Amino acid sequence: MQMLSLTKVCAGYSGFQALFEVSVEVEAGEAVAVIGPNGAGKTTLLRVISKLIGATSGEIRMEGASLARVPAHEVVSRGIAHVPENRRLFPRLTVEENLRMGAFPRAARKRYGERLEFVYGLFPRLEERRGQPAGTLSGGEQQMCAIGRALMSGPKLLLLDEPSAGLAPVVVQAIFDLVRRICAQGYTVLIVEQNIRQVLKVVGRAYLLEAGRIRLAGNSREFLDSQEIRKTYLGL
Amino acid sequence: MEVFDIFLLEAILNGLLLGGLLALLSLGLNLIFGVIDVVWICYAELIMCGMYAVYYLHVQYHWPLLAAMAAAVVIVAVLGVILHQFVIRPVLGAEPINQLLVTGGVLFFLQAAATLAFGIEFRNLGVTLPSIRLGEMSFSAARLVAFCVALAGMLGMYLFLSRSYLGTAIRAISQDRAIMPLMGVSPARIFVLASALGGALAGLGACLLVLQYDVHPAIGLSFGPITFLICVMGGLGSMAGGFIAAFVFAQFISVGGFLFHLEWGYVLAFAFFIAMMFWRPQGILGRR
Repeated sequence: MQMLSLTKVCAGYSGFQALFEVSVEVEAGEAVAVIGPNGAGKTTLLRVISKLIGATSGEIRMEGASLARVPAHEVVSRGIAHVPENRRLFPRLTVEENLRMGAFPRAARKRYGERLEFVYGLFPRLEERRGQPAGTLSGGEQQMCAIGRALMSGPKLLLLDEPSAGLAPVVVQAIFDLVRRICAQGYTVLIVEQNIRQVLKVVGRAYLLEAGRIRLAGNSREFLDSQEIRKTYLGL
Repeated sequence: MEVFDIFLLEAILNGLLLGGLLALLSLGLNLIFGVIDVVWICYAELIMCGMYAVYYLHVQYHWPLLAAMAAAVVIVAVLGVILHQFVIRPVLGAEPINQLLVTGGVLFFLQAAATLAFGIEFRNLGVTLPSIRLGEMSFSAARLVAFCVALAGMLGMYLFLSRSYLGTAIRAISQDRAIMPLMGVSPARIFVLASALGGALAGLGACLLVLQYDVHPAIGLSFGPITFLICVMGGLGSMAGGFIAAFVFAQFISVGGFLFHLEWGYVLAFAFFIAMMFWRPQGILGRR
């Protein structure tokens, strides 16, 4: 079953087009990566899905329903949770208050207790630090908190924007293990990454985005075997 | 003079009572600034409107005092929302100086409109609460009531902000406005909610002030600047800072006024404020 589809989506910021007729599909239960160099439009792609910016043309559908008329703050209620670039926790709120913000949508509030337990089960470190301001966490813990906050809404589709950025190599490994565990839990994941070698081990399929255009699509094996990818992005 | 003068103690206790009231007044202004990042310079004029509402409903229309007060809180809350939707919202993206000027404009608009509508007479609610004697000291019951209600109001606001989803969103939005939609929060709605709450706090302040002071169109000028300076001294947007600053300020006014002369209390308080601006320009608990 199709979870998310983007059809010929164009988007940009004032006077600057970042995405050109981008088409992306994600099936339910799948983990898909969007890779590409800095400034290719990867973050913009996620922002246009969660409607932080509007598409200038094209169509975005979630479980078959168009998101065109859905305001940004209702996208999360359609089952899409976005872990933004740089995590963007509320630094002066405690860990638990950050998680509470993730459960803000009315339907999510009813299941706050059970999901909090689930997130703490996934990240015991967060439970240890529940009363601490999120700004005092280490980079890896902040990423856990940001992912946990997104899971609090009970999403079907998780958008992850560079979860490994700015983390120490050991922590990067832990974050990718974690992403793998989240995929194994049955969440559908669309992940944007610069750490291409690692992310291709986690996802089943990938898209290559360059200068706002999809240049290549295929499964991870094909990507790892592609001469172009090996030469340009893996340095082999 | 003895150190443990009973009248000095009275002055300190009176300062405490005044501090509670000032803390309530600064809370609303801080809430608005913390959430919307705009200073309602006309905040005290909203309080003035609330005082007139209590006065007219109670004295002219013979509503029971508590009903008139409840209505005043609602009226000022609505005024807060109107102020936001029609004056603040259009300038949300404008330069801070423009936002300041536009609310400054509302200050004089409300003052002039009140003069036109109600005249310049001082109006008294005609409710006299007794004074309470404690040994040789005496306290105005109106002040005591104001202190208790102000503390209860602040406690209620604290619980709302720390325990509820909406309250948490109000604190979160001041830390990262841009990602609020990802939490399922509409910033525009939170702004309206905060404006209503800020207005309701101004309305509550109005109910407490009208018990102690006559209302007239320029009454806002007698505590508007103090409220603003308290917020600045505490750290604009920091509700805890404003709370501390209110009690410090009140002690200067009350004890300073007792040791020297009533007017000297204000001179000392503002001199202290200026010194604080040199020493700690970001305010007691300010972050910048």
